[in-house]
Amino acid sequence: MDIPFTVKNRPDTGLYNGKLGVWLFLASEVMLFGGLFSAYVFLRTGVDNWPVGAEILNVPLATLNTMFLITSSVTMVMSWASLKLNDFKKFKLYAGLTLLLACLFLVVKYFEYTAKFDHHLFPSTNNFLGIYFTMTGLHVLHVIGGIIVIFFFWMPGAKMWESDPERFTNRIEIVGLYWHFVDLVWIFLFPVLYLL
Amino acid sequence: MSTDHHKQSFWTKYVFSTDHKIIGIQYGITSLVWLLFGFALMMVMRYQLAYPESPVPFVGGLLGDGGILPSEMYNSLGAMHGTIMIFLGVVPLAFGAFGNYFVPLQIGAIDMAFPKLNAASYWMYFVGSVIMAVGFFVPGGAANSGWTSYPPLADIATTGQTVWLLGMIMLITSSLLGSINILATVIQLRTEGMTWMKLPIFVWTQFITAFLLLLAFPPLEAAGVLQLMDRLAGTSFFMPSGLVVSGEVLTNAGGGSPLLWQHLFWFLAHPEVYVLILPAFGIVTEIIANNTRKPIQGYKSLVYSMVFLGFMSFIVWAHHMYLTGMGTSIGAFFQTTTMIISIPSVVILTALLLSLWGGSIRFNTPMLFALGFLPMFGIGGLTGLPLGLAAADIHLHDTYYVIGHFHYVVAPGTIFALFAGIYYWFPKMTGKRTNELLGKLHFFFSFIFMNGVFMPMFIQGLAGVSRRLWDGGEYYAHAADVLYLNEVMSMSAWLLGLSQLFFIINMIISLKGEKTGEANPWDATTLDWTDTTSPPLGHGNFETVPSVYRGPYEYSVPSASNDFSPQSEKG
Amino acid sequence: MTPEEVKHHIKTYVLVFVALAFLTVVTVAISFLDLSVGPAVVLALIVASIKGSLVACYFMHLIDEKVTIYWTLLATVAMFLVLMFVPLGTMLNHTQM
Repeated sequence: MDIPFTVKNRPDTGLYNGKLGVWLFLASEVMLFGGLFSAYVFLRTGVDNWPVGAEILNVPLATLNTMFLITSSVTMVMSWASLKLNDFKKFKLYAGLTLLLACLFLVVKYFEYTAKFDHHLFPSTNNFLGIYFTMTGLHVLHVIGGIIVIFFFWMPGAKMWESDPERFTNRIEIVGLYWHFVDLVWIFLFPVLYLL
Repeated sequence: MSTDHHKQSFWTKYVFSTDHKIIGIQYGITSLVWLLFGFALMMVMRYQLAYPESPVPFVGGLLGDGGILPSEMYNSLGAMHGTIMIFLGVVPLAFGAFGNYFVPLQIGAIDMAFPKLNAASYWMYFVGSVIMAVGFFVPGGAANSGWTSYPPLADIATTGQTVWLLGMIMLITSSLLGSINILATVIQLRTEGMTWMKLPIFVWTQFITAFLLLLAFPPLEAAGVLQLMDRLAGTSFFMPSGLVVSGEVLTNAGGGSPLLWQHLFWFLAHPEVYVLILPAFGIVTEIIANNTRKPIQGYKSLVYSMVFLGFMSFIVWAHHMYLTGMGTSIGAFFQTTTMIISIPSVVILTALLLSLWGGSIRFNTPMLFALGFLPMFGIGGLTGLPLGLAAADIHLHDTYYVIGHFHYVVAPGTIFALFAGIYYWFPKMTGKRTNELLGKLHFFFSFIFMNGVFMPMFIQGLAGVSRRLWDGGEYYAHAADVLYLNEVMSMSAWLLGLSQLFFIINMIISLKGEKTGEANPWDATTLDWTDTTSPPLGHGNFETVPSVYRGPYEYSVPSASNDFSPQSEKG
Repeated sequence: MTPEEVKHHIKTYVLVFVALAFLTVVTVAISFLDLSVGPAVVLALIVASIKGSLVACYFMHLIDEKVTIYWTLLATVAMFLVLMFVPLGTMLNHTQM
């Protein structure tokens, strides 16, 4: 006996189990980052003076990073679409591009963080920097998590395409949902921390 | 994923099993051990309260200083008692154990939606609990800033607080994985004919509980991260400016808000209390239907009330914060929502009470605990009302009245329901029967001593005795007249502890007893009883996966030959 | 999904990408307008919400999904908004320290 709806959709919900599972996970992630956004709002409205983000943080670099993530979202969904079109080579290409863009994001963040530390700007310096490092730091951890999972499906996990292509395609769809969410969080983080 | 018979080692079959029944038992045993330990901590605390600054028997050797409980350690015991009972005891038992074992069975599924994730969530719980235990051994001892971990105190507390935060992050992650599993399982794996309104109430309560855990826990995880940053990275998220500790002005940046922690904490912790009670409602409903031999009164009312309760639980949290100086408008808002949320609870309790009317009641052990739950929850709920009203709360906040209130709901409330569940489902899990005499003795003595411990707390609270006092109020004049109650409560607590021996001995001799192999000794209607063996088949639960044709509580249907009509029986 | 449907989706992905790139430029441009905090926040959040919706609806295929996901997300968004705004309410007619 097999667990039903692991690959095929359940008719009334239109979902296979894994897709529902990842959406539920993303709901919890909305509340996790929501807790931090709420902290930001509460701390900022509680004081008269709040630093101007653009004066302390590097807006051009962050804009570049935003483009990296948005592009990586496109390449991620293209990698899934390629599998739907039975083109495994294109999947490898697009997934690889996604990984490259994600790593570039991390490189930029590395330079951003080290530049701050060189100027003696630490999380403990003030609450603006504290919340900046915490929120972007948690986001970075999520990017790293995404890279690990995408890499797994790009290399060792890609074997499943041979044995169970439909299930493999679903797994890429699920990973994609997670990755788009990571992009979505940054779409809000960027203006809130850097531009407001 | 094929579940055909492949060779399994001891490790894959019993330790790292992905079978929801084994995982349910793992959660069950681990959580019962933690409940016992959390209880033991309280027994030590109660010695100090009854006989302040005298050496504690048996464990005095561990305490140093002539065997007397130091005040910081009293605080650690208090904080860890709360943390352990809630996060390591009740929720893993109510949700992790009962939920995992019986939700798939009751909906006709062969396992949870994500079996490997299920195993992962158990082991994360286990690791999280080990981390919590480690706290006792670090310099300064375990966390001692209350289970509520309020800053600024928690920010500057000893190492044990950092350990607590790390443990909580692990436990919260475990809980999230568990919630995702229950939600996906109920939504996707209901068998043919099992529509939403044919679900047993037990499944509904687990489903709603899972939603509460999914959405309410993450903000606490966020807050935990922020407190870790304050403690380890020197940030000031919760540290106000100009704080003076032991005569020295702190050098951190300041500008933070202790209130921020309280908001994020209670945003979880209020829904958490509904997480504590909902599974209990579910278990009690199953047992009452079964032992009255009639359908539950108000199935739809129960479902709608519980769903409404779930949503409301997210917008009442600041009734824990009435005395923080927040404005009157917001206080009025939370008071209103708090009063409104008492309504579904009353509907639920009324439905359960009405279900007894005209019933053919069987007073077996599970039913005794289920019946005992009803008035105890009633007392707990009613004593919540003056706390929910801001004006009365001014007098009662942070007194023993609060401790009495919440213990009534959780201890002779939820824990009684959990015992009821254990006695009820023991035959299904093991194929054996428990001893009825020991079960009844367990119930009667527990009932008496529970009230002995917690009823006097209302009296002390009304007199103004604060909570979390190491000396139990000894140094306060206003407590003088009610101080004698400390000894009464402590005696009751120790006797309550002894009464649990009836349960422990019952479990041991019953497990050693003969297998009767009866599939449905209670003559129940739900799929867990009617379509499985006792215990259910290792792989796949059902010989044939049943379809559902009826509601969950069709007892004493006039035209039927039996006084119960299984859900899987065609009409 | 048939290959034709997938190819149609791909066209949508490219269009959404262009829109997102454009809106990113808009986001940064707005910050140069020197607005006061209130309008700046509202405008930034509106633009971010449009971008987020595009990602959710098209990359995450939300627009093709059935009710189950919508209910989950609706409940989540409601709780998110509560978490964002209700704590601020405690600062209304605050007693002065």
